[in-house]
Amino acid sequence: MSERSLTGSALLINDVGLHARPSVKLTQLAKRFGARIEFARDAAGPWVDAKSPVKVMRFKAAKGETLHFRANGPDAAVALAAILALIEGGFAIDGEASPQQLER
Amino acid sequence: MANVGIVIVSHSPKIAEGAADMVRQMVGDSVPLAWTGGNSEGGLGTDVAAIIAAIDRAWSDAGVAILVDLGGAETNSEMAIDLLDPARRDKVLVCEAPIVEGAVMAATEASGGAALDAVRRTAEELSPTGPAS
Repeated sequence: MSERSLTGSALLINDVGLHARPSVKLTQLAKRFGARIEFARDAAGPWVDAKSPVKVMRFKAAKGETLHFRANGPDAAVALAAILALIEGGFAIDGEASPQQLER
Repeated sequence: MANVGIVIVSHSPKIAEGAADMVRQMVGDSVPLAWTGGNSEGGLGTDVAAIIAAIDRAWSDAGVAILVDLGGAETNSEMAIDLLDPARRDKVLVCEAPIVEGAVMAATEASGGAALDAVRRTAEELSPTGPAS
C-alpha cells in the first residue's frame, strides 16, 4: 500500500478479544467498504487483510491488545472510523449487547 | 444482487442443525441458509432428495455453496447437484472444507456479497492444503 494509507489503532476491551464472533463482525464491517483495510499487532506489521474471514479468525488477539489498522481507498476515512468504533465499543453493533455486557 | 446461499449436509441432523445455528448467530440473517442430515429412515446418513430440498430452501440466483461432513454427504450432494436443472446446476458447488468452520467462513464471505467462487475459496482456505485451485 502507498504512504497515503490512513492509520489508526484501538484497544480490545471486550472480554473474549478477537474471538469467533468479533472476528466475523470485523470482517463483515470491513467488507462494507471499498477501501483496502489491513490490521496488525504492531504498527510496523505484518499486516492482515481485514476482509478475509479466515485470516481474521486466525489472528487470535486477546483483550488488552492494541490493534493497528491501515486503510487505503476513497472511503478509507469512513471505514477506519467505523472499524475503530466497533472495537472501542466492544463489538456491540446496532444496539446489540456485546458478550461483555451480557455477562454483567 | 442476492447473497450466495449456504447448505449444510451432515450424516447427523444434530450436527447439521447445530452448524446452521452457529451460522445464524455469528453471521446473521443476510445469507440464505438450509441444513439437512440423516437418511430417509431417520438414521445417520444423507438423502439425495433431502439435499435437493435444502438447496431449494437456500436458493439464491448468486448460487449455493454446500458444506459436507464425510464421504456419503459429499457424493450424495454431488448427485443432488447433478439432478438439478441444467440452468441451476452450474450455480451449486460442494466446498472442500470442515463443515462447521467452513459454513461460518463461507457465510461470512457470502454476507458481504461475494461471488460463489470467492465463497468457496474462503471456505477452502481452512483446509490444510488451502484452496483447491
